[in-house]
Amino acid sequence: MTWLSIIISGIVTYFSRMAMIALIDRDMLSSKVKEVLNYVPAAVFPAIIFPGVFFNDFGSLVEITDPKIYGAIVALVVGFYSRNVISTIVSGLLSYWFIIFLILK
Amino acid sequence: MLSKSRLFFKGTAAVLPHMLSVIPFGIITGAIGVELGFDPILVYATSLIIFGGASQIIFMQLLSGGASSLVAITSVGVINSRHLLYGAVLSEYLEKLSFIKKLFISYFIVDQGFAESNKYIKQNKNLSNPHYYILGTGVTLWFCWQLSTISGIILGSFIPEDLGLKFAIPLTFLAIIVNDLRKLDHVFVMLVSGFASLILFDAPFKSYIILSPIVALIAAFIMLRLKK
Repeated sequence: MTWLSIIISGIVTYFSRMAMIALIDRDMLSSKVKEVLNYVPAAVFPAIIFPGVFFNDFGSLVEITDPKIYGAIVALVVGFYSRNVISTIVSGLLSYWFIIFLILK
Repeated sequence: MLSKSRLFFKGTAAVLPHMLSVIPFGIITGAIGVELGFDPILVYATSLIIFGGASQIIFMQLLSGGASSLVAITSVGVINSRHLLYGAVLSEYLEKLSFIKKLFISYFIVDQGFAESNKYIKQNKNLSNPHYYILGTGVTLWFCWQLSTISGIILGSFIPEDLGLKFAIPLTFLAIIVNDLRKLDHVFVMLVSGFASLILFDAPFKSYIILSPIVALIAAFIMLRLKK
């Protein structure tokens, strides 16, 4: 039963990856839709970022003093000016660790 | 003009920084599966067959918690439906490929690979083989994901939980979009999506992950209409 669920989940997931690439003819999309598609990264990724920063493991809002918020702010500023992926991630992690290991302990 | 292999490895290089979150996340996924009591082969099968981090964890948690298969499958489908949006964007660059190649490359469409490919191809419009870049990002992420889930299955979660490496996940996605903060229209769409995700977080089947982007894209559509 579990195997069957994995396989069906795999098919559903693969379909979500493949459908727009292999089954849809791009001419079917209007120019308006294509214009809106420019915003896909801006529309998808904040929905992963915000809960990851503002919610704790139990799904409730963190307090304004939560180290994750400050880590994210540092990463945001560093990323904005450096335009570099690795320094964005590393600066966010290091400042987060700095707070949880050196300040809070 | 860049050769096919150069383009492929450029894609590889572009996703390497994301390994800071992908590898720990993969290890955790493998370890959680085993901790929940699933057969190691079954845990690995989710990486091979479903191949989608968050959805694999939710899938195993739901099943071990006694949820029905239907609920587990629905959740996986809802969480992974965001790939439809990635596909819609990437299809522009893959149009000329044969149907079989399209079917093959589709398996490797992943968040970070999509984001880096889209960024690169937008900046380099005249590529004759942009799909090699997409493949470079996807295959690299695929290998690292498989290896890290396998090590999580065998070794358990050997990364101390105190490190809070889960926080690396929002950070990688932040790194992906941080450059677009220079464009006010993109910032507006990001804020709509972000706040929508906080409001919709408790919606069933983790559907906030697709509902928030939909709300944000509708906002983008309205914004474009008003601008004209």
